[in-house]
Amino acid sequence: MKLKLNIWRQKNREDRGEFVTYHLDDVNSHMSFLEMLDVLNQQLIEKGEQPVAFEHDCREGICGACGLVINGYPHGPEEGTTTCQLHMRHFKDGDEITIEPWRSKAFPVVKDLVVDRSSLDRLMQHGGFVSIRTGSAEDANNTLIPKEKSDLAMDAAECIGCGACVASCPNGAAMLFVSAKVSHFALLPQGQPERKRRAIQMVQAMQDEGFGACTNYRECEAVCPKRISINFIGMLNREFIKASVLSGAEKGGKYRSK
Amino acid sequence: MNRLLDAYRTSIGKKFVVAVTGVILFLFVLGHMFGNLQIFVGAERLNAYAAFLQNLGELLWAVRTFLFLALVLHVMAITQLFFQNLGARPIKYRVKKTRETDLSARTMIYSGPAILAFLIYHLLHFTYGSVHSDFIHGDVYHNVISGFAIWWVSGIYILANILLGLHFKHGLWSWFQTLGFAHPKYNKWRTNFATFFAYLIIVGNVSMPVAVLAGWIQ
Ligand code: FES
Repeated sequence: MKLKLNIWRQKNREDRGEFVTYHLDDVNSHMSFLEMLDVLNQQLIEKGEQPVAFEHDCREGICGACGLVINGYPHGPEEGTTTCQLHMRHFKDGDEITIEPWRSKAFPVVKDLVVDRSSLDRLMQHGGFVSIRTGSAEDANNTLIPKEKSDLAMDAAECIGCGACVASCPNGAAMLFVSAKVSHFALLPQGQPERKRRAIQMVQAMQDEGFGACTNYRECEAVCPKRISINFIGMLNREFIKASVLSGAEKGGKYRSK
Repeated sequence: MNRLLDAYRTSIGKKFVVAVTGVILFLFVLGHMFGNLQIFVGAERLNAYAAFLQNLGELLWAVRTFLFLALVLHVMAITQLFFQNLGARPIKYRVKKTRETDLSARTMIYSGPAILAFLIYHLLHFTYGSVHSDFIHGDVYHNVISGFAIWWVSGIYILANILLGLHFKHGLWSWFQTLGFAHPKYNKWRTNFATFFAYLIIVGNVSMPVAVLAGWIQ
């Protein structure tokens, strides 16, 4: 099939950037979206032009590297999928496709469609871990966890940190991401020692990184490739209010992230 | 205290304030509506109710102060959040589509200031009477009937109350979410609750100017 592509091109962080239009003639509908871009890049290279920079790694929907905003939807028009798992059969011959990078103050564009998502890593540094010794792998069921809780924790742990929630949110909020991490640990016994501190610090870090504030538009849930539920945002709110207003946080916790 | 200020510095802290004050203001609007619906009983009943409120004296002022503070906090916190969100996406998308966001959510930022402007007009109109052409102090029934008899005044009230209902539709749903009462078990119930009260406010409040315009009460 034939496609008209409007792609955001930006040389580096400082460049102002612009949309450039490309025409592709021979797109196979079995290709993934990234393979379609590979074909475009091959043609650009043969013409001696700079290929379009985009991020990717696993190409099987588990690493979270490949986020693109395709025709107004992060990860494209198909729900519950990553860009790398989106196939060209979901498009029609003659379609015009606009491809943009994630837009957020916390995700500066590095080049073309590649953004710097290290702000999410910094959020993780504020509590997205457990620092107790868990030792080497233990026998199954040594630590007893109710089935419903471990299932729910797994639902939250499905988050691959792609940042689509931020990209889709009209406010550029990172609530779904943080809520998945905080809920994941709050539901498991290993997460208990730092439970309150984690909720407070990650939420404060979110503020410092320049993310927006959630106004319950529910767009994040609608584009999340792992379909993380906004019920976790409710859980995060609960965790944060409990930790910061209703009870004392653990001693020695660093309350401010700056 | 420091801990509370630290919490307020975050978006969830501010949203907490917006949610709690929002519920207070909602409860006021609901009570206000039921009080005013006594207009359908008759002039005596409504005027007696108004006199009863006036005679509360200090208690009345305590409640007014409380509501005023709630309003100030509500507007202050949401204004701060608005500017935070404005800065969170300096470069806009060329194409951006939404899947879930409904009209009431999208218009919160317009319905809010519109309701605030209406509130000021409403106070000047029915409480102080300064923008009312035929205001008789103490005769609430007369003031309402003669006020709503002017079609564009009624129009303002009808429009404002539709916006108010729309504002509550998203606000009441968000209230549960922000305070952490979110659970798959109750989610449907939350949506129904918000929708029900949003329409109740619209129907209840709009019924009064409509009844006057239609000549059902005079
Ligand atoms: S490339 Fe890993 S999720 Fe798409």
